[in-house]
Parts: sequence; C-alpha cells; structure tokens
Amino acid sequence: MSGMHRDRVKATPLKKQNRIRLLIQLAAAAVLNGYAAGFMKGKIFTGKTKLFCVPVLNCYSCPGALGSCPIGALQAVASGTGRQISFYVLGILMLFGVLLGRFLCGFLCPFGLIQDLLHKIPGRKFKIPSGIDKTGRYLKYVILVLVFLLPAVLVDGFGLGTPFFCKYFCPAGTLEGGVFHVLVNGQLRSLVGGLFWLKAAILAIIIVGAILTERPFCRYFCPLGAFYGLFNRFSLYGIRMDESRCIRCGKCETVCPMDVKITKKINTAECIRCGKCRAVCEKEAISIRFMLKTKQEKEQL
Amino acid sequence: MRMKRKQIAIMILRAAAIVLGILFLVIGILRGEPGEILFKAVKICLECIGIG
Repeated sequence: MSGMHRDRVKATPLKKQNRIRLLIQLAAAAVLNGYAAGFMKGKIFTGKTKLFCVPVLNCYSCPGALGSCPIGALQAVASGTGRQISFYVLGILMLFGVLLGRFLCGFLCPFGLIQDLLHKIPGRKFKIPSGIDKTGRYLKYVILVLVFLLPAVLVDGFGLGTPFFCKYFCPAGTLEGGVFHVLVNGQLRSLVGGLFWLKAAILAIIIVGAILTERPFCRYFCPLGAFYGLFNRFSLYGIRMDESRCIRCGKCETVCPMDVKITKKINTAECIRCGKCRAVCEKEAISIRFMLKTKQEKEQL
Repeated sequence: MRMKRKQIAIMILRAAAIVLGILFLVIGILRGEPGEILFKAVKICLECIGIG
C-alpha cells in the first residue's frame, strides 16, 4: 500500500467523525433557531418556549431563537431589583453540566459551530504560543465570575444593574442579533453608536481569530465554557484513555482543536468532547464513557 | 484502591451536583424567575445587540 493511499485510509474515521459532528451541530443550530419567520419579518420570537434556557450560548435576540440564552438570563435576573442570582438558570446549567460537560460546546453550541466553520476557510493557521495560551485560558474563569458579580454588585440608585457581558462584550449577541437587526431595522440602525462599533470590533477580532486559530472564543472568553469545564472531570458523558493500549504516538494531540495534552490527562476542563482524538487513535485507546463505564467495560460485564 | 476512591469521589460529586441542580431549579421556579426571563427574552435586548 502506498504511503499516500494509507494516509487516505487512516483519515476516514476522522472525516466520518467530523461529518457526523457537523451534522449534529447544524441540526442543533437549526432547532435552537427554528423560528424562520423571525428572519423574514425582522422580529424575534415571543412564545412561551423562551421561559426555558438553552444550554448553549445563543442570543435570545436572534430572530430565530426559540429559547433564552443562559448567560443573558443570568445577567437579566441579577441586574433586576431584589435578586442577586438566578437559581433557575444555575440549576439548568448544573444539570446540563453534570450530564454532558463540554460536549455541549463541541456538538450543540451555535457559536462554536460558527467558529468551526470560520476555521475551515483555507489559509495559514496558527497555534498560540503555549505560555500565552495556558495563561489566557484562565481569562474565561475571570469572565465567568464577572458575569455573576457585576450585574448584582454595580447597581444604580434604583438598584438596577447592567448585563455587562452582553452589553460590552458578547460577540454571539452582536453576530446573531445585532448585525441582523441593525441591517433590517431602520429605527435601530439610527441608534447605532460607539457601543455597537466596540462590539462589532470585538466580533471582528473573534472572527479573524477563529479563521487563524481554533475556537479562540471558547478557549479564552466563553463564561459558559468555563462553567461547563468545571463539570468536565466528573460529567456522566466523558472520554477515557486506556493507558495500556496507548503507544504515545501523539496523533490525538495533533488533531485536538483545544490543544489538550491528551496522553497526560484526558478529561480536562478544556476538552470539548469533539471525538477527533478517538477517531484518529489506531489502538482504540480512547473511548467514550457514560457514567463510569466504557463500551468495552460494559461488554466485559 | 486509589482508583476505587476516585470513582467514589466522582459519584459523590455527581450526586451532589444533580441534587443541587434540581434544588436550584425548583427554588428558581418558585421565585418566579422563568417569568422574569421570558419578559426580558421576548423583547429585542438592546444591550445584547450593542445598542442600549
């Protein structure tokens, strides 16, 4: 078998995994933003399904959004009078976190999908230097703390706070809601000012970043990713490395979009459960586990 | 032995997270938070889109 042909054969499981994941990501984005009329009418959905928070970053001002954004909802409740924290949203996030961990980032988050698609644009790709990368990853935890703290602590004379993350940073809101509404709604367009351009600049940086490197927003800025990362080590859905099968070839680490040092520690807070490592492992050392059991362990039982 | 302890710790963490998650969810519903969220979510959020 020629080397080139062998490479093609080896690439098949990875391509298959990527295709399945892309289909699930597209389906999730379509379901979460299934209010097609909103895009045509330039309005947002006003039905009761918005009582529920979706478990991913999906702006509730997106014309198609059928549910509420958990980060927006957390801040909306905290910035109102009388409540410092939304137990409702926290409960939803904890339950999804313990069930799936960052699988939600890898398979279901529309903003993750957007970054994945942007990264497919051909051109030179970069790896962030490991020192900056390692330190930068802590930033999302700082942002997570601020998401909880700022709307509740920094309040005006009436006790009302500001949803700081949504207002000054969230590129998902700018892309999914802002750009669309400003384009189709003349009234809103007339209100565009410095704040919009600040957010547009942040979005532009994230877009360029996502073209050049994999998932920069998820790595460094996403408070939801940080939250789910806290559950990744003990979530019911996870992955497992069979040390006895691993030959330390490093292929899994080469394909990992989050640059996880898989051979050292597989269930880190950074793993988005994309399954690429599992697909490239020829020794089948990496497996999916649900609860504490892998498929092989179940078969053995 | 060490592995077993780790597995027990993981199971305790999971159980605690599930119980707390359900508890928080119920408290939030009783406090009327879903209504508050719906009220915010059915209007275009000017802060979210960079206007307000």
